[in-house]
Amino acid sequence: MLAVLMLVPLLFAVGVLLAPARRARDVALLGTVIALVLTVYAMFVFDWNFTADRAQLGMTVEWLPRLGLNFSLGVDSVALWLIVLTSLLGPLCVLGSWTAIQSQQRTFYGWLLALQAAMTGVFAAKDLMLFYICFEFTLIPMFVLIRVFGSTNRKAASVKFFLYTFTGSIIALAGLLYVVWFATRTGVGWTLDIETLGRVAMGMPLENQALVLLALLAGFAVKVPLFPVHTWLPLAHTEAPTAGSVILAGVLLKLGTYAIYRFVLPFTPAAVVEYAPAIAVLCIIGIIYAGLICWVQTDVKKLVAYSSVSHLGFCVLGLIALNSTGITGSVLYMINHGLSTGALFFLIGFMYERYHTRSMRELGGLAAKMPVWATFMVFFTMASVGLPGLNGFVSEFLCMLGTFQADSGWGDAEGVMPGATWGVLGPWFAAFAATGVIVAAMYLLYMVGRMCFGPLVEPPAHDEHDEHHEGALPRDLTAREIGVLLPLAALCLYLGLQPSPLMRSIASPINSTVQLVRGASEAPPSPPLMGAPAGDLAGDVPAHGDDAVHSPAGTEVVR
Amino acid sequence: MIERLTYLWPEITLFIGACVAVVLGLSPKAEVRQQTPVVVGLALIVAAALGIATPPAPSWAIMPGLMAFAKPLIALVGLLLLLTAVGSVDRDEEAAIRAGKEFNALRITSAEFYAFFLFSLTGAMLCATAGDLVWLFLALELTSLPTYVMVVLSGRGRRGFERSQEAGVKYFFLGALGAAIFLYGFALLYGGTGTTRFVEMGAYFAENGMNAIAAAGMVLSLVGVSFKIAAVPMHFYTADVYQGSSSGVAAFLAFVPKTAGMISILLLVSTVGWTFESGSLSPMVDSLLWALAVLTMTVGNVLAVLQSSVKRMLAYSSIAHSGYMLVGVVAGPGGGAFASNGISAVMFYLLCYGVMNTGAFAVLAALERSRDGEPEEADSFDDIKGLCRTHPWLGWSLVLTMLSLLGFPPILGFFAKVPLFTSALGADRVALVVILAINSAIAAYYYLRVVATSMLEPPGESRVRSAGVPSRVVAAALSAAGVLVFAVFGDALMGASEQAGDVLVFIDSDAPHGEPLPAEPHLDHLEIEHHGASPEGHGEQVSLGR
Repeated sequence: MLAVLMLVPLLFAVGVLLAPARRARDVALLGTVIALVLTVYAMFVFDWNFTADRAQLGMTVEWLPRLGLNFSLGVDSVALWLIVLTSLLGPLCVLGSWTAIQSQQRTFYGWLLALQAAMTGVFAAKDLMLFYICFEFTLIPMFVLIRVFGSTNRKAASVKFFLYTFTGSIIALAGLLYVVWFATRTGVGWTLDIETLGRVAMGMPLENQALVLLALLAGFAVKVPLFPVHTWLPLAHTEAPTAGSVILAGVLLKLGTYAIYRFVLPFTPAAVVEYAPAIAVLCIIGIIYAGLICWVQTDVKKLVAYSSVSHLGFCVLGLIALNSTGITGSVLYMINHGLSTGALFFLIGFMYERYHTRSMRELGGLAAKMPVWATFMVFFTMASVGLPGLNGFVSEFLCMLGTFQADSGWGDAEGVMPGATWGVLGPWFAAFAATGVIVAAMYLLYMVGRMCFGPLVEPPAHDEHDEHHEGALPRDLTAREIGVLLPLAALCLYLGLQPSPLMRSIASPINSTVQLVRGASEAPPSPPLMGAPAGDLAGDVPAHGDDAVHSPAGTEVVR
Repeated sequence: MIERLTYLWPEITLFIGACVAVVLGLSPKAEVRQQTPVVVGLALIVAAALGIATPPAPSWAIMPGLMAFAKPLIALVGLLLLLTAVGSVDRDEEAAIRAGKEFNALRITSAEFYAFFLFSLTGAMLCATAGDLVWLFLALELTSLPTYVMVVLSGRGRRGFERSQEAGVKYFFLGALGAAIFLYGFALLYGGTGTTRFVEMGAYFAENGMNAIAAAGMVLSLVGVSFKIAAVPMHFYTADVYQGSSSGVAAFLAFVPKTAGMISILLLVSTVGWTFESGSLSPMVDSLLWALAVLTMTVGNVLAVLQSSVKRMLAYSSIAHSGYMLVGVVAGPGGGAFASNGISAVMFYLLCYGVMNTGAFAVLAALERSRDGEPEEADSFDDIKGLCRTHPWLGWSLVLTMLSLLGFPPILGFFAKVPLFTSALGADRVALVVILAINSAIAAYYYLRVVATSMLEPPGESRVRSAGVPSRVVAAALSAAGVLVFAVFGDALMGASEQAGDVLVFIDSDAPHGEPLPAEPHLDHLEIEHHGASPEGHGEQVSLGR
């Protein structure tokens, strides 16, 4: 089933390349819609009673057995929801680019579909290297989308995007393979199965875990992005075409947080516990610093891009709170941020198609001219700010609540604070993070106030250019554009009012992760393994295992 | 000696092929001359088949699985190289003859060219057969000497012939310097150990440890041989020589001497061994190789970033790839299974590198631009602008081979690099792995530039056209298909290289190093074990008695 979900976009990507250029977008739309329908079908097939079971919907085919690589797929409910998000954004992106992409349509839609296949693969992969392959493969389509279809500074943006993430992730690969080695030495044999590795990796001594944590964060923190390594994101977002930005914000950034959830927490639990405060500080700096940067932006797309940095800070904060509240909030955040920020990028893209500028100096009071657009803008801004009743509130609140409670000093064992759970963060972290919410409210409301209300400002010399030249688009949103936004709006509202079904469905995998981390960090640390001789350790590698046969009779040296 | 002949059938085949090529290539009949590359190709196919059928490893082989892997490897990549190199010489002369000019045997060079082509490949195969230092020296020289001539021949009658001549002379002198250094090293190794045979040398080192003379010899040998693999600091010739020769010959230089050199390094290092606990690995050799690896990949990558000529960039990138392979050499045979065996990783990398690098050069060879009315090889980034649109086959082949050289998943180059990572991690070389990872990231910059230029840019001003040698397009397309197909069905190749990564390890049972081992009665004085996945002869003993 999951293989089909990967295969359908890939097949249609080939179909797009073969189709005549004018039909490319039709083929792409068909492909993404079929993928969406299949995803919905997968949700029905999925057994929601066993949400933590990653064997569901999966398959395993040997690929390169000597490397231990299997084409092995399977999802738990967390991964499934993220696949749903990916498949949902697929057709919306095609529809949202319907008129924006005029030239080289085959290139655009072909790579867009390939990107969808790769992203699905990331969430579906049960094999570590398959995960990595899909994780990396997302770079090429995104690189092409930014490079060919971006705005003025696209070359620099695409190269920066590629190099940043590639550098990070190849170091992460080294870290992941180190974990594989450790697992091999514990006796499970050479395996790349994520679950098996997760079970044994926690036995790693703290020093080694810290190394691995550093390597993994080098890759995944860049992707998220966390504070000091976020600089590629605003550039890439600003230059990318609308659909590229939507995918980037909606799904690609989640690859980083998902990877932290899937690898960092189970593989290096002790190190995470040890260094969670440091990571949390980075998150909080990112939340506040990026928020303040947003406030002074004049480019509205850049503003939303920086707001992503700020928002994902909350998401990672929730993850490293290491309690089920925080992680649940974080997973919800991944989905909600994909919906609301994706929608904001759509809105900005639609506006850009009409005015060809994103500068807030040249735009203002658009509610007078584009009431429907302004309505959606206000709605999604509110969702993004975290207005209670909309989706952003739930996840942000849970992330902060989790952070607040995550203080083992107040542990429930002592019974001092009934709400507190095990963890290493605490109220102070939550308090600082909460200032980020205020900052977010400031810049987002500032943006929406400036753009939608107040006196009407339009770019000079734009009117006749637009009316006569590109009269294809009416002033306000078309039915197609509304159709793109409506599903997102509906989901934002639904998840804001009724988050509990979703939360229930992801509870069991998250609980088992929390148990795993907690158990591992309380277990006595094993002695360091560094500097162990290669020969005998490597002997654990399976296949042809009988590698060192001692000759009983010995040999003679004759001189 | 006679027994050794049974292992030499591939070399003998190539040698006969070379002799036939000399005769055919000088025929006054154009139809006969044109058959020369066909004969060369047939010789390579037969040699590959014979190489696969190499008999079980003999007692003098320090790497028992090497021959059965290296010979088919050299022959098959040789086929790709042949397709790329066809038409490198005599094209103008042949055209003139077709136009009515009289045949003059003195002006025709294809006979020499194809013969030297095969001689050099013969030399590379002989390196894999080497069991002692003298043999290895002769084989290395047989690999290199023809290439000096090929460099010059490939530029003859073309624009920029002076540059080819300069390249040839430079290559020759520096090559001679390298040969002098490793010959001196071989002599000292003999002086220090009293034997030229690798197996006996290994036994000597295991028993007596390293001595000063042998150590000096080992250092000089490794440094001298690193000229062949273009490792820093013996890399200075690379960019000039590659740029001075035609792309087909540059591809040849980037693979054949490098394979021969890498095999020689493995053979030499095998005598000292990799295992720490036996105390037989000299820390000096270890740190020398470590430094060579780090310097080679870093310098190669950094300099490649700065290039504006694609060929020079590929030259520096080929230096970097040598550095990657040296990581596998440092890692050593590990536990023998593919993922942990650095030697297998090197072997597999050589194979992948041969396929993808030749493909990249083949694309360049298949294009030419005209400058001042005269054809010239495509070389600059301008020439490959928009190649995917103007020449889709070549363009996409270039994109795929470049992504593969970059090590981008899920293309072959990635699966070649992963074993280097895993084997080095298995040997606890964490620092080396991090440096390797960072280097891969640096490399991403310049490979990506080629990919973006040829795939995404609109066609440029520079009017490149097809060079009119279809076999080069075929070579490019074959490599591109190879990097995709082997990425899916590469397991058999990995298995083959796993066999090739089998190394004899000598353990001195009463080692004076570290903790004295308890005397075990069943162990004799010296024990030799197969380390790694050996074929049927699992754990078979190797007797040193004569």
